[in-house]
Amino acid sequence: MRTEYVAMVFLLVGAGFVFIAALGIVRFPDLFTRMHAASKASSFGLGCILLGVAIAHPSPIVIGKCIMVLMFIFLTAPIAAHMIGRAAYLLKVSFWKGTLIDELKGRYSEDRKTLRSE
Amino acid sequence: MHVLHTLVFVLLTAALLLAFVRLARGPSLPDRVVALDLISMIIAGMLAAYVVWMGQTMLLDVVTVMAVISFFGTVAFARYLERRAIDEN
Repeated sequence: MRTEYVAMVFLLVGAGFVFIAALGIVRFPDLFTRMHAASKASSFGLGCILLGVAIAHPSPIVIGKCIMVLMFIFLTAPIAAHMIGRAAYLLKVSFWKGTLIDELKGRYSEDRKTLRSE
Repeated sequence: MHVLHTLVFVLLTAALLLAFVRLARGPSLPDRVVALDLISMIIAGMLAAYVVWMGQTMLLDVVTVMAVISFFGTVAFARYLERRAIDEN
């Protein structure tokens, strides 16, 4: 069974990326770098695992469900990360001391918390 | 093959433990929310790997539900935090 081994490769790569995401969430110094690790690497790893499922069980309904979950994750993970990042910025969560630039500084109006355009 | 399946689950379990470390330690509330989001993603990945291991394709519906719960839970927490940030000023 050759396809089983291909699926296993995808599963291992996906599990490795999810592990890297968890490693990043422990090791990185502040919230925004942690979000960078957690949201991107974990959605890519889960996508690889779902691709492995679709290769291991190639029936139409399994492939359809895998594509559905994959599209849902790739559409919603950036939205969730954006909303947490915005809430954390408004809560004034402290940056890492090596942060070079804060492009949003002074652009949020203090009373309504909306972003001012140029 | 069995060894490789076990390796996948060992990697995912180690990821789960690391995410729990951040959930317990996280200095701010958004840190914990990010850790919870990652935990539900890891659980969805474990379920998908279990589908391949046991051939139970019915469990893919549970993966769908985990992904949906992860998204809506994170959005709800983010809206709550944002409301609290507005109320504090």
